[in-house]
Amino acid sequence: MQPTDIHNPNYFHKVVDCQWACPAHTPVPEYIRLIAQERYTEAYMINWESNVFPGILGRTCDRPCEPACRRVRTEEKPVAICRLKRVAADHKGDIAPYLPKVPKKKNGKRIALLGAGPASLAVARDLLPLGYTIDMFDRDPGGGGMMRSQIPAFRLPKDVLEEEVDLIVNMGVNTHYNYEISSMKEMLDRGYDAYFVGTGAPRGRDLDLPGRVEVSKHISIGIDWLSSVAFGHTTSISGKVIVMGGGNTAMDCCRTSNRLGAESVTVVVRSGFDVMKASDWEKEDAMAEGIPILNNRPPKEFVHENGRLKGVVFGRVKPEEVDGRLKYLPTGEPDVFIEADHILMAIGQENHCPWIERDLGIEFDKWDCPIIDEDSLQSTHEKVFFGGDSAFGPENIIWASAHAHKAAISIHLFCQGKDPKQDRPPEGVNLISQKMGLHEWSYDAEHDPSQRHIVPHADLKRSLDNIKVEVELGFDEDLGFKEAQRCLNCDVQTVFTEKLCIECDACVDICPLDCITFTPNAPENDLRKVLTAPAENSEQDLYVSDILPTNRVMVKDEDLCLHCGLCAERCPTNAWDMQKSIIHIPQLSSYAE
Amino acid sequence: MTFVPKPSARHPLLKTNEIGLTRRDYEAIVSTLCAGCGHDSVSAAVIQACHELSIPPHQFAKVSGIGCSSKTPSYFLGNAHGFNSVHGRMPSIATGAYIANKDLKYIGISGDGDSASIGLGQFAHIIRRRVNMCYIVDNNGTYGLTKGQFSATNDRGSTSKRGVPNLYAPIDLVSLAIQLGASFVARSFSGDKQQLIPLIKAAVLHKGFAFIDVISPCVMFNNHDGSTKSYTHVRNHTEPVVDANLIMPRDEITVEYEEGTTTSVPMHDGSKLQLRKLSDSYEPNNRVSALTYVQKAQEEGEIVTGLLFLEEDAVDCHDILGTLDTPFNELDEENLCPGTERLEQINDSLR
Repeated sequence: MQPTDIHNPNYFHKVVDCQWACPAHTPVPEYIRLIAQERYTEAYMINWESNVFPGILGRTCDRPCEPACRRVRTEEKPVAICRLKRVAADHKGDIAPYLPKVPKKKNGKRIALLGAGPASLAVARDLLPLGYTIDMFDRDPGGGGMMRSQIPAFRLPKDVLEEEVDLIVNMGVNTHYNYEISSMKEMLDRGYDAYFVGTGAPRGRDLDLPGRVEVSKHISIGIDWLSSVAFGHTTSISGKVIVMGGGNTAMDCCRTSNRLGAESVTVVVRSGFDVMKASDWEKEDAMAEGIPILNNRPPKEFVHENGRLKGVVFGRVKPEEVDGRLKYLPTGEPDVFIEADHILMAIGQENHCPWIERDLGIEFDKWDCPIIDEDSLQSTHEKVFFGGDSAFGPENIIWASAHAHKAAISIHLFCQGKDPKQDRPPEGVNLISQKMGLHEWSYDAEHDPSQRHIVPHADLKRSLDNIKVEVELGFDEDLGFKEAQRCLNCDVQTVFTEKLCIECDACVDICPLDCITFTPNAPENDLRKVLTAPAENSEQDLYVSDILPTNRVMVKDEDLCLHCGLCAERCPTNAWDMQKSIIHIPQLSSYAE
Repeated sequence: MTFVPKPSARHPLLKTNEIGLTRRDYEAIVSTLCAGCGHDSVSAAVIQACHELSIPPHQFAKVSGIGCSSKTPSYFLGNAHGFNSVHGRMPSIATGAYIANKDLKYIGISGDGDSASIGLGQFAHIIRRRVNMCYIVDNNGTYGLTKGQFSATNDRGSTSKRGVPNLYAPIDLVSLAIQLGASFVARSFSGDKQQLIPLIKAAVLHKGFAFIDVISPCVMFNNHDGSTKSYTHVRNHTEPVVDANLIMPRDEITVEYEEGTTTSVPMHDGSKLQLRKLSDSYEPNNRVSALTYVQKAQEEGEIVTGLLFLEEDAVDCHDILGTLDTPFNELDEENLCPGTERLEQINDSLR
């Protein structure tokens, strides 16, 4: 293998599994260390810079970071990263001194943000400090988009939502709420310098089955129903409720029904339990509230009598792998009938933009999705940029933040007459030694073997009685500290310097996870087999040194490294050093300084 | 000195041996020796060897004297028996322990000061008595604990860290051991575990006195350019003559060697010790020629390594004394002590 280029920003970035997995590349270990030091405000600001909505995401994020957490591989359960983010948000102090300054004098460029959801808000936050004039349009009476209309208050209290939305709006966004955007042409005619489309995926999918038309008044589209609950138009639901669908919207629908007076609630899912789109913890929370989830039951027919819904007939299938693909085959058992008075349909959403005229130069593909450059998020119309769910379909809020940072850079480059694709700033990496003394490191190197701590919940009866009672109580400072100590500090990297190494084997002997080997060089696949412990996880890189005096190379399997620093502790010549990698993900804020 | 304890987390694919233990089960506390000390590599080799032998840790007894090397039994086989004796007196303790309980596997760890200076007399006599044990000397040619004076194994002309040459000729423990009748004599290097681990395994299984001289650099006081026991010097002046490989009954033989170069020696537990000659003129079964070869090489400044001498079917001190098969510590008082009447008879027979 070639020696590893550790100055390639991606190399050590990949080692920080959580940060690499986070669409917004939030420097997770850095803020977790700050939480352990009770520096909540700074921890919050690190989050705010990367993902814009730490308090909201600390409750609602889909947590792509957690399955990626190295602790899943070394022990079992990941660090509760998402809930630690909430700890920072819950315990932070005054953040005002840390916020970017918005210049009084505008730079003369006007940007229109269509939709007031997370993507648009994040674009506004990035652009405002550079003097842009921001006009934001939305059909709802307030900002926040789906965070306001679709996430129930028992998961995301209104004050948490409004604090983070208002923070951005109050930076100087000109809001145009209750504004139904009906024509892109009309928008383009207004002559803005650039447009950002962040209108989300607002159309819930429907199911055309026998009886659908006859019982239409007993069927609601999940996201529309949740939105009507959020805005107070719907305050109750009666009788037996069936929620169809297996995603997080389905979980929100069933738990909301449970709180609004439904006699019984049943979730029926076409697919198997394990492949449901809903996050595991959402499923667990629904089941903890006594809601049954029935799997492998595709709906066949809505049964009605005299215009009244009686129930739904479901088939029975079982998942089977056919030619490497999962297929659902009928089991041959008789169909099941489930009684229902109301049905909530939560089977998916579409980023449908009927209000964009198709002759404006904004092209759409065969699935009716806009054609967008993945790096710049620019559409085929040079002034129009997309982000959030409206760009590539329904995703989590964290993706909206990630898109927004990219789009903001693109819009800025475009407004400066530069190329949004070619002129993008590069990523970078800084490595800083953490050695403080002979056996002292600036981070808590000692490995904490404790298990993941469980977030306390509100009393079940109390939370079922009131839809505004938040179910999860969050970690207090003490539990937050304990959970923070589980973080392995994967951003404190093991950096190897060939010319200092005397090949004494001290690092090989001490490494608790057998990550280090000195061996003759070979192609990667061969090397993976001859290491001290087999390196079977090919998604994780091998760190390979240059040739050493004994004609061998040092090979370190990054997969299971605990970043405990023992290799550096036991190294007599400092050939190993623990260095913090700071990954520079370009953001517009760096232009403002 | 490391203050961070070694995390208990272990690699999920760590191999278990025949009795279901991983290598980590043969470890002990983290070493307090200087970072990079060769002795730590020897400890790691002992851990690996004992794990591969599938002998439970509590069936070992670790014995040592005084010195950096003699501290190391604290850092391996945490669940074994152990005795850290007076300086240079480990052989007496080992002899006593072995007489009392011959069922344990004995691993003695000593240093060049402990065995070649203060304990040279004891070293000579434990070999002569043929105590069944694996006796390892972590040989760094220097007194590390007292900040780097030349030890008795330091080569003439080799310099101290400050550049002063050593005026005296060294004691070569390998030559002594061959000459005094050890039935298994080897030399290795702490930086070459591939060679060292099979040697330790074979030495533990060997019935009789097995001696391994391990050159183990002192990174603090004897790892400089003028030293003949530095990592660099040893790597550049090593001549392996006989490669030893222990083949356990369950092991697959994966490497086929050219005919005539290897011999296979059966061990007591059913495993086989495969010897492969790397030098045509070397005779590992001939005490005189092995001694000559080792000493000639030493004169030329070369370090001969590998399994240097092996006496097959050796006897140990219990054979010589004709003791019972049952270890003494398992005998009750009646059998252990013949009684006044029997003592009188013996005394009478001598009058």
